[in-house]
Amino acid sequence: MNWQLLPQFAVTGILASGPIALMGLGLVLINKSSSIFNFAQGQLLLLGALVTWWFSVELGLPLWLAILLALLLSTLFGFLIERIALRPMTGQPLLSIILMTLGLNQVLQGLALLIFGPAQRNFPQLFPAGNPYKITTPFVSNGNNIVVILKRDLVGSFVVAVIGVVVIGALFQFTRIGLAMRATSEDHELAQSIGLRIRRVFGLSWALASVVATIGGIMLATSSGLDLSLSIVVLTAFPVILLGGLDSIPGAIIGGLIIGLSVGLVSASKVQLIRNSTEIVPYVVLLIMLLIRPEGLFGQERIERI
Amino acid sequence: MAVLRPAGELDESYAYDMATIRQRWQWVLLVAFVLALYGLPLYASQSFVSLVNRIGITLIAVQGLNLLVGYTGQISFGQAAFMTVGGYISALLVSTLGWSFFLALPVAALGTGIVGLIFGLPSLRIKGLYLVMSTLAAQIIIPWFTRHAFPSLLGGPQGVNVGVPELFGIVFNQPGRYIYITITLVILSTVVAHNVARSRLGRAFVAIRDNDLAAEIMGINLFRYKLFAFFLAAVYAGVAGSLAAHNLRHINSATFGLDDSIFLLGTLVVGGLGTSLGPILGTITVEYLTEAATRFGPLLVQIFPSMAGNVVHGLKPLFFGVALMLFLILEPRGLAHRWRLFKAAWRLRPFSHWQ
Repeated sequence: MNWQLLPQFAVTGILASGPIALMGLGLVLINKSSSIFNFAQGQLLLLGALVTWWFSVELGLPLWLAILLALLLSTLFGFLIERIALRPMTGQPLLSIILMTLGLNQVLQGLALLIFGPAQRNFPQLFPAGNPYKITTPFVSNGNNIVVILKRDLVGSFVVAVIGVVVIGALFQFTRIGLAMRATSEDHELAQSIGLRIRRVFGLSWALASVVATIGGIMLATSSGLDLSLSIVVLTAFPVILLGGLDSIPGAIIGGLIIGLSVGLVSASKVQLIRNSTEIVPYVVLLIMLLIRPEGLFGQERIERI
Repeated sequence: MAVLRPAGELDESYAYDMATIRQRWQWVLLVAFVLALYGLPLYASQSFVSLVNRIGITLIAVQGLNLLVGYTGQISFGQAAFMTVGGYISALLVSTLGWSFFLALPVAALGTGIVGLIFGLPSLRIKGLYLVMSTLAAQIIIPWFTRHAFPSLLGGPQGVNVGVPELFGIVFNQPGRYIYITITLVILSTVVAHNVARSRLGRAFVAIRDNDLAAEIMGINLFRYKLFAFFLAAVYAGVAGSLAAHNLRHINSATFGLDDSIFLLGTLVVGGLGTSLGPILGTITVEYLTEAATRFGPLLVQIFPSMAGNVVHGLKPLFFGVALMLFLILEPRGLAHRWRLFKAAWRLRPFSHWQ
């Protein structure tokens, strides 16, 4: 362990978990209402960021307008995907649904490559780049207090992510739409029999997930640049929500914190091999979790009927 | 669908009832087809031979996946990772220890099978999406391992160069020669897969797929059979990976990635899950789609010159994804089911609508 760097890496890891939790939130939203695990979430993220970039850089619109337009577009896109691709899959076995989202994953990746190309792009800065926050910690090393540096874009995207999770959580808990979504997730047929239009609920949850993905994409693009590899980042969000529980909104953020923190801790190691293992740490945590408690920390345990 | 047989063809013995090849003309056709395959380098163009070579290698991996996903119902995202394992083992045995390829291949297959067993272990506790995630973990962890562990042996991100197979002075250094190895192994793996599927083993697999709890109550040892399915799938992947590595003469952690795993799963669905014919039809269809993408790309560039350079890379996943989605919506049972319907209609003609 590199003790001097430990606080820095731990804090950075926690902050980096914000956008990851946002991605996880999009996955939880869809899974909660329609029990579909969306393997195309990364591509939604990528397309959201690319469309925002296109509006603001290519068309020269002000950034707030570009983001607003991108969010509107991604809402429509979410509805469209649900209508075209997922509705025919209602009642199909798990494998078909998984493969449908994988097919979507390939189609969207191909479209992104065809329309936008593989070039690395400079995404407009949402948060000022210079002048990072500095916090003096009580830990002492070599006679000096350890100073933790917080980049503003990391802090900004973390705050946005937390706000996003709180808003979506409140939506689920306190509004009629949220109640409808929770009811639908409980039992599709029962929800339908009390007059809920579950198709509308499905469409809405896809639209919401798509919006959340776009926000996550903008956050990631503004802190780490924009190219096609952005869609791969979602691979770190899968362990996050399995850790937190597939149908738990607070689980997404707590799972994100745990994974972010463990990645941060690993990158403070002095051993080269362990330091290189940041990309597999989420999956090692995931494997351990699957063996101990498959339903996740806050997930609901589904008991199978024979 | 009942088995439709021509009038007068009676199942007089159990062996005849179970036979795959039932009549003399079928034997004749089979032998002619196999001869045509082996004679391919003599009359076909170089590019077609290498296409067939590629199809054959992919086919072996898809057949292994079919045993695991199609028959046993355990969804796996790890097939490409197991191909990586097979490729590396046989590459290291050939180039570091100087083994013959034909000795290294079975060892690589077995070694991959054992790795497959390890990643199959979670399947005893979890299923469905959770199992998908644990196989996805294999797909993330194995390439990472080859990239970072033992850099002096595995060559780090650059990977290792793979030797050319050699037997009795014949060097298999071009598609026209390599195809003999591929075809032989394809035939072998097809026969094994087909017979596994209709033996006691395959029936146990199907019982587990249809309802694992009921299968266990009937006395099927879930532990043994699920692990055996993972083992078999990984052995097939090992053979395919080893073949591909020696064909490309180079392997690194990116040779077979997550996209290839998705590709193999999609190929299986396009062909038809849980059928012997499915992997064959699926692989041929999807490989031809990929070919179409590479042919269609330059045309598209002429219309939209701004897209040059990334068209082929973009078209390939686009074509594949659209095909996969269309198949899932319109024909989830795949091409093999279509072929069965077509055969039944042909036998019932002119009253095809009766079926």
